[in-house]
Amino acid sequence: MSCEHARALLTAYVDGELDLVHGLEVEKHLEICESCTRAVENQRTLRSALQSAALHYAPPAPLKARIEDALRAEARPQRSLTRHRWPWIAIAAGVLLAAFFFGSWPIGSHPPQENLLAQEILDSHLRSLLPGHLTDVPSSDRHTVKPWFNGKLEYSPPVEDFAAQGFPLAGGRLDAVSGQTVAVLIYKRRQHTINVYVWPASGAADSSGGPATERQGFNLMHWTQGGFHYWVASDVNPAELEEFTKLLRSGAH
Amino acid sequence: MPHMAAAYNLARWLTRNEHDAEDVVQEAYLRAFRYFDGFQGGDSRAWLLAIVRNTCYTWLQQNRRPTAPLEDALSEAAAPGPGPEALVLEQVDRELLHRALEELPPEFREAIVLRELEGLSYKEIGAITGVPLGTVMSRLARARARLERAVAGRRSAGGVA
Repeated sequence: MSCEHARALLTAYVDGELDLVHGLEVEKHLEICESCTRAVENQRTLRSALQSAALHYAPPAPLKARIEDALRAEARPQRSLTRHRWPWIAIAAGVLLAAFFFGSWPIGSHPPQENLLAQEILDSHLRSLLPGHLTDVPSSDRHTVKPWFNGKLEYSPPVEDFAAQGFPLAGGRLDAVSGQTVAVLIYKRRQHTINVYVWPASGAADSSGGPATERQGFNLMHWTQGGFHYWVASDVNPAELEEFTKLLRSGAH
Repeated sequence: MPHMAAAYNLARWLTRNEHDAEDVVQEAYLRAFRYFDGFQGGDSRAWLLAIVRNTCYTWLQQNRRPTAPLEDALSEAAAPGPGPEALVLEQVDRELLHRALEELPPEFREAIVLRELEGLSYKEIGAITGVPLGTVMSRLARARARLERAVAGRRSAGGVA
């Protein structure tokens, strides 16, 4: 080993971060090189000096209380959130009244609970489109994505790649829907994103869920199959989305 | 408040000012609270320190403090040839060392703070600062070379080759 080569590794050697082979090579070089030996000693001296020079700044005592106050204030806006929810509750009440008078649910044929869920899925879809929110595990390999969920969820969602059919797998993520953590699979269609939410149906029978419904310019589909609830949200057109969900339904089992 | 000492120490060294460090740490804890969903388990100290660091840099940018540019690598390269003079622990001026660390470019300063003052591994430092292990190593090497020169410089006046 030349001096030049050794010098490049001395820092990691002093820090004990060098692998065994390189570590031994450096040691062999140090036996014959006075200059590098001195460089190692100097680095060790410098480390001791840094550690004994009282360079650590301690946080001032009031800072902890100040941060705790700020965190409490941060947690408090929950209340103003509840205030924002009032119009929704009013709308929900209107929907219930209309149902009472007209004998049917006014929005399509969906019961209100499903509407709330649809809104939640849509909100989550929109959030996922913000920079950095789409994937926790970006990978087109289902053998990477599927095991990633292990230990993070109490179930293992079916993961397939449909790249050959023009819907490549882009990754996975965890998200919260109705207060529970669910698996989300992300697929791409050209530049468009498709989010697939999967969670256990806890014994519910399979159901087709019907055609795509439109909400704020996005298309949503949902069904129950093989013990899992599926919700799909995307801005691809309904025809393509149905093509995709057909693949998903046949590929999943 | 978990990891408060490490968080404040890093912020204090990066902002070089106690009031700014307090603001940065508070902001970092608020961010951590807001983005806790993004925490995927693992080392919570590294996760928090990464937030502190990002908050520091955002803060430094907003306050337009010019940061010393990274010097060209050539002048830093560990040159073989005449060996360095031996450094003697008892003769190291602690005041000088403190000032030298404070004057390092932030990339070097944070590497030293995380390694020597917080005792983090290269892997953890790489995760916090978002650079590969090789870069962690070279930054530490160059930072130490500068510190060594700074504290040795007094005896061998103008001893920068």
